[in-house]
Amino acid sequence: MMTQVLISPARRATTGKPRVGQAKNSGRSVSEDNSNISDQTKQLLAVRDQRDKTAFAALFDYFAPRLKGVLMRSGCSGAQAEEIVQDVMLTVWRKAAQFDPHRAQASAWIYQIGRNRHIDMLRKTNRPQPEEPDGMADVEPDASQILALQQEAGHLKAAIQTLNDDQRDVIERAYLGELSHQEISAQTGLPLGTIKSRIRLGLERLRHELKGLR
Amino acid sequence: MNMSAITHHIPDHLLAAYAAGSLSDTFALVVATHISMCQHCRAGLEAHHMTGGIFLEDAPAQAISAGLKADILAQLDAPYRPEPVYERRGVYPGPLNAALKAQDPTWKKLGMGVHQSILSAGSEGSVRLLWIPAGQKMPDHGHNGLELTLVLQGSFSDETGFYGTGDLEIGDEHLEHTPIAGPDMPCICLAATDAPLRLKGFMPRLLQPLFRI
Repeated sequence: MMTQVLISPARRATTGKPRVGQAKNSGRSVSEDNSNISDQTKQLLAVRDQRDKTAFAALFDYFAPRLKGVLMRSGCSGAQAEEIVQDVMLTVWRKAAQFDPHRAQASAWIYQIGRNRHIDMLRKTNRPQPEEPDGMADVEPDASQILALQQEAGHLKAAIQTLNDDQRDVIERAYLGELSHQEISAQTGLPLGTIKSRIRLGLERLRHELKGLR
Repeated sequence: MNMSAITHHIPDHLLAAYAAGSLSDTFALVVATHISMCQHCRAGLEAHHMTGGIFLEDAPAQAISAGLKADILAQLDAPYRPEPVYERRGVYPGPLNAALKAQDPTWKKLGMGVHQSILSAGSEGSVRLLWIPAGQKMPDHGHNGLELTLVLQGSFSDETGFYGTGDLEIGDEHLEHTPIAGPDMPCICLAATDAPLRLKGFMPRLLQPLFRI
């Protein structure tokens, strides 16, 4: 039912986008350069750039039980949850070329894959997804930008921890649970001040990044 | 395309709902298409993914069955059929090109030179392409539910302002408007609704179901 006429051979390669030269391996490596970058992001970069199976196994150990926990809480059986986990983790391996550490932490990137896979399974459709921006993942990883993003995530995480249980539950259900569109609208997405301003700061920073890369 | 020209963006609660997967596929198509044209909203989406990722990091772990990891590791080198990647085609960004299955839209006359191409219509709502001749006034209409209109080519103006290429207009039951296509070129829009429109003086209301408006 779907046609592949518009896909160039290069884009059909298993890892998605064609790489630009050897830029990634020619310079300093992020893992040598900066030990402050999170393990998961370093592992995902090793999967992306070196097709490192040991790093992939470590990502599996970290994310698979969490993904399964989230899926079961939103109503999946253990078997269904593991089916989706398998699908998500294989997608992580196959689409690693699309991971851009300047735009996303490993957990954010995997969260997005997990949501897409779960919803596609529930609705038996392919959810519309934006085009991947060109060339962004081909830039040499810049440790300072990655750390700036990580710091922003740290602030956001701290803001989330200041919430009381009820507030946290509402937001958590919006991101991880199964809310209908009406429920989301009724809650206007993110009703709580601190979280909202934190996300806004994160947004501003990301927008600045994207401007630089355009 | 001059991306900085986009001034009407996706409201944050719709972006959050899209990130969380709570939007219907019809609205999700408009959101994904706008994000393909708009770095501002792409950054917004990334911020919501970041938030989701933080909750994922903190999620309670469930033990994984013995053998699943080995199964997956064994599949890493196995051949598989990659999903097709749809890129922009003409004025249609990737997700819209995917919805069109990389074919040209099938335009149907709607009257007054206006054409439409319905991409999907069902109980969840409908999503369609509209082709409006340059300078053409659209019928005065209201909305029963939420309507998202994204400009893909050209522009239109109405009582609420000017919408150029990439701009998104949000209509709800309070919006009663008379859009006019810009004078330079035909205006092509992607419009999604979760309820029928209320058309005034355009075609008899009885005929509306025939056109699935």
